[in-house]
Amino acid sequence: MGDDRYRAALAGNPNVGKSTVFNSLTGMKQHTGNWSGKTVDTAKGCFTYKSKTVELTDLPGTYSLFSGSGDEQIARDFICFEEYDCIVIVVDAVCLERNLNLVLQILELTGRAVLCVNLIDEAARKRIFTDIKKLSSILGIPVTCTSARNGEGLEELKEQIFVTASNQGQNRQSLSLYDNSLKKVTAALSEYFSQRGLPEKFCEWAAMRLPEHDESLNSSIIEKCELSLRDRQELNTILAETEKNISDIGMDISGYRDSTAGCILKKASEIYESCVSSEGKGLSSTDRRLDRIFTSKLTGYPVMLLMLCAVFWITIVGANYPSALLSGVFDSLKVPLSDLFAALNAPDLIRDILIDGVYSTLSWVISVMLPPMAIFFPLFTLLEDSGYLPRVAFNLDNFFKKACAHGKQSLTMCMGFGCNACGVTGCRIIDSPREKLIAVITNTFVPCNGRFPGLIALISMFFVGSSSGFFRTVKAAMILCLLILFGIFMTLLVSKLISKTILKGLPSSFVLELPPYRKPRFAEVIVRSVMDRTVFVLGRAAAVSAPAGAVIWAAANICIGESSILCICTDFLDPFASLLGMDGVILMAFILGWPANETVIPLIIMTYLSAGTLTDYSSLAELKTLFIDNGWTASTALCTMLFSIIHFPCATTCLTIYKETGSMKWTGAAFLIPTAAGITVCLAANTIMNLIM
Amino acid sequence: MNFKQVPMSRLRVGEKGKIIFLEATGSLRRRMQDLGFYDGTVVESLHRSPSGDPAAYSVRGTVIALRDEDAKKIILTVPV
Repeated sequence: MGDDRYRAALAGNPNVGKSTVFNSLTGMKQHTGNWSGKTVDTAKGCFTYKSKTVELTDLPGTYSLFSGSGDEQIARDFICFEEYDCIVIVVDAVCLERNLNLVLQILELTGRAVLCVNLIDEAARKRIFTDIKKLSSILGIPVTCTSARNGEGLEELKEQIFVTASNQGQNRQSLSLYDNSLKKVTAALSEYFSQRGLPEKFCEWAAMRLPEHDESLNSSIIEKCELSLRDRQELNTILAETEKNISDIGMDISGYRDSTAGCILKKASEIYESCVSSEGKGLSSTDRRLDRIFTSKLTGYPVMLLMLCAVFWITIVGANYPSALLSGVFDSLKVPLSDLFAALNAPDLIRDILIDGVYSTLSWVISVMLPPMAIFFPLFTLLEDSGYLPRVAFNLDNFFKKACAHGKQSLTMCMGFGCNACGVTGCRIIDSPREKLIAVITNTFVPCNGRFPGLIALISMFFVGSSSGFFRTVKAAMILCLLILFGIFMTLLVSKLISKTILKGLPSSFVLELPPYRKPRFAEVIVRSVMDRTVFVLGRAAAVSAPAGAVIWAAANICIGESSILCICTDFLDPFASLLGMDGVILMAFILGWPANETVIPLIIMTYLSAGTLTDYSSLAELKTLFIDNGWTASTALCTMLFSIIHFPCATTCLTIYKETGSMKWTGAAFLIPTAAGITVCLAANTIMNLIM
Repeated sequence: MNFKQVPMSRLRVGEKGKIIFLEATGSLRRRMQDLGFYDGTVVESLHRSPSGDPAAYSVRGTVIALRDEDAKKIILTVPV
């Protein structure tokens, strides 16, 4: 490597705090959460130590180098085939034994490693003690204890990364993992690789692997070695001989796999027994008690619903005050701004676009959307930090199984609450390609942070009636809850329909780790989610809605023949939209809002305003008047909300789906299926509402 | 004391058993081994999902949830 920076990577089991270690070392703000699969992609950051820059890659968590899902393969391919100066293996001090399996698998490949025994404080509380010196001498690598959440042990870790990375030629004693009989049968293969000038460890490792016949791994190994066709034929001959030798010692492929895996597991157990003393029981009684509340037959579902409702209620109540405050501020600025334009002798036209179009829309976006976002997202992150989300997946798995989908789909759904594009990327945690596609296609049925405020606004305007105070907000929260439940119902229904038609198949296996509960870090979570997510979403909304305002204004003012382009468009959409219980303006707002769903409601407002109904709409009551003047009824609001939950994913999400699936066909399916579902639902809702009213 | 063989899915909440072999094959077998489910491991059934399936098991210091159809491929001995 020509450049003067060291390359290091963080590897480890899921949920051992890799991202926290990463953030503490690099000072970056990678999102963390207490559940397996939070990090599905690699993240890069740097830190400087002794005036040397170390480039650190945060790999997705993996239980093993030999297991299947997309995020784990990213980690595996990096560990096995990339070049680096040091690999930091982060392990959980509370369950070291399971973690050691991966540690040994990695040490089989490289000696240039540092072990970081994280969560040491949690282990101490559970009275689990690790003999670090002994562990270090057995493994032959430096070992550091850290508590990354509290920033303990990180300087020492940096020092060890530095020492390991700079001491390129070190050659420590290597661990002997396998029985002699296994080494003997694979010797010829190992010899074959070392003739090609590959590092010794890699040769032995690759030789052990090939007879296991993990096809995806084998093709990566062969690719890495850049074998010519002739070389490959030679390799196949040696492999065939090796397999014969293996069967001579009485093993078939599965027996061979068991004995290689078994050797490592046995070694891990031995090391664990000799280095760790545990006085208490592994599982804390608090965790058991909490699990009894969160997952029992009697309380599991009610508690889940209550939590959901509570989160919405806090969001709605909490958002009221800052909303009113902000809109007051924007309102009071409107007149001075108007005067300013008058003083500058600006043409009325410009004044109209900027003040009544852009400024009004922006102030709506900020005062109505910012507060719920800034409250909902941190609340959700707190739940994530505490370890409750995997329990949700645990509770809901059976429903997903019945829909022939994967239980971890509820985790990707939860990520969708933040942002559907993140939810789609998160689908990598699902091993089976079929179930992953189902999760990708249905992710949009969970309203993202950008769609929430609009839903809350519509509910507050049309569905809470004249009740006041406490009951008003509780009612709003419950209605929102019902909408979300309907979204989940649609997710299950569509998942089932897809898996009975275009993605036929049986549900695959489901393995989910339930991590210990952890006390969420309030301050950090709040700061991070407000700064990262809210500002981002809001910025995008503002950036899209301002030019959209200009487009709409132009469309409303440029005429073809008698009527403006805007009228032509909305008139064209009107007949179809009214079948769905909406009007042409609403449907057009959904279409124009494709780049960012946050802008749908502001677009509707702008369009109504450009049609000449100039109203001051700083409060929701006035906004309601504007809507009613344009022919809205409760039925219109209901259909708009339903369509908001169930329609095509936004542009960013579509792009992400294309990246994840690599297929236009599936991106198209992910666009059309939710749209068709939305049309069906709205058609039905409109028909029913017409019959009732 | 007498022992009998049962699939892990039949373990009642609170009961413990020792794994004697895995019936699972292929990638599921490997995944189970990597998570600590292999012969000699003592597991305990901790709790079940409100709908009855999956169930959570304590295994080598961690808690792992498995659906019954997968858990039945892990065979235990339990005291009678």
